[in-house]
Amino acid sequence: MTDITMTVNGREVSGSVEDRTLLVQYLRENLGLTGTHVGCDTSQCGACVVHVDGKAVKACTMLAAQASGSSVTTIEGLAQGADLHPVQAAFREHHGLQCGFCTPGMIMTAVDIIARHGSSLDEHTVREELDGNICRCTGYHNIVKAILSAAGASQPQTMAAE
Amino acid sequence: MYETTYHRPTSLDEAARLASEMGDEAKYLSGGMTLIPTMKQRLAAPSALIDLRHVGDLKGISVNGSSIRIGGGTTHAEIAASSEIQSACPGFAGLAQLIGDPAVRHMGTIGGSVANFDPAADYPAALLALGATVHTNKREMSADDFFVGMFETALEEGEIVTAVSFEAPEASAYEKFRNPASRYAMCGVYVAKRADGVKVGVTGAGADGAFRWSDAEQALSSNFAPDAVGGLSVSEGDMVGDIHGSSAYRANLVKVVTKRAVKKALGQ
Repeated sequence: MTDITMTVNGREVSGSVEDRTLLVQYLRENLGLTGTHVGCDTSQCGACVVHVDGKAVKACTMLAAQASGSSVTTIEGLAQGADLHPVQAAFREHHGLQCGFCTPGMIMTAVDIIARHGSSLDEHTVREELDGNICRCTGYHNIVKAILSAAGASQPQTMAAE
Repeated sequence: MYETTYHRPTSLDEAARLASEMGDEAKYLSGGMTLIPTMKQRLAAPSALIDLRHVGDLKGISVNGSSIRIGGGTTHAEIAASSEIQSACPGFAGLAQLIGDPAVRHMGTIGGSVANFDPAADYPAALLALGATVHTNKREMSADDFFVGMFETALEEGEIVTAVSFEAPEASAYEKFRNPASRYAMCGVYVAKRADGVKVGVTGAGADGAFRWSDAEQALSSNFAPDAVGGLSVSEGDMVGDIHGSSAYRANLVKVVTKRAVKKALGQ
């Protein structure tokens, strides 16, 4: 067992966990933050993406002990009370989800992409940077639209397959 | 994942001491982008993990003119985003940008990748082509001597890759042919051109891991153009053959991808 302390969504939490506990397990099972999903469990699908010290990482591929001392933000930490985060609002506005399973990871990745690229984002970059987030419903078009919209970037004139 | 214990040293000496105390069942953990998935599949079961992410000596990038040194704990994202590396050796920054996905690039490190020497890892192709030096907490050696075979390097028990260094070439580029599902390199080629010749590093295709393609180096040294490798052939027997592609397919791929890398290095 190892003692860990971290800040999760602005709140300091601490506990004692088995050393092999994954960050995603700790968030979901110890803290009850079940918005972070486990999809593939093999670091490919991105449903478990959270921010650790401001950077998007896969919570299924990091130990809780590795995150000790860090600041973690999950999907539950984005909205301000009843006000959705702009990226969440854009996903709703542009219908960037269907079943919703991948959505928390998509949004956490999107926030990270926008933080790094800002309004200079273009469609190609968004699609390239969604490499590690898999959606089996939407075909990605509306997710890309939502991210470009939230970034204040220009939308492509026409989307492929439209 | 089997049980393990987690340790967090803050210096190289402390890390090495922990490793020697815990014996050969302990493993260093850098970004963990290979080791943790491998542990989850129970293909690896280290009794102890020694986390290197808090060792300050492994951090940082320094570029002095054309001399580049990258600490082993530097992440792929930091290398890709480094304006100094982008301007001194854009081919190398471009390679880092093609590894994994953004979340993987935020955690994975060059030291971890080099020490693991996955046969499809990207950096080894570049380090071979750039004639890089691999630095450890005990010694330094050329990339040619460091990379031994599939998942095998010259690293001894408890030894840590602390940095890689190289001189930026006149021109270089990395071209990667990705498996459409896994996105790993089925073949990746790094070409580096200098006044005294051209070097070509190939990853993803060789049965013994990354290698230098010496026939192409000779041909490109006298004529740095894609067509220069047109008449060459790669031995099928030295290539990986698996469900993703036969060894004959990969042997041809090495040639095709090398041509593309040369074209990219020429800015075409």
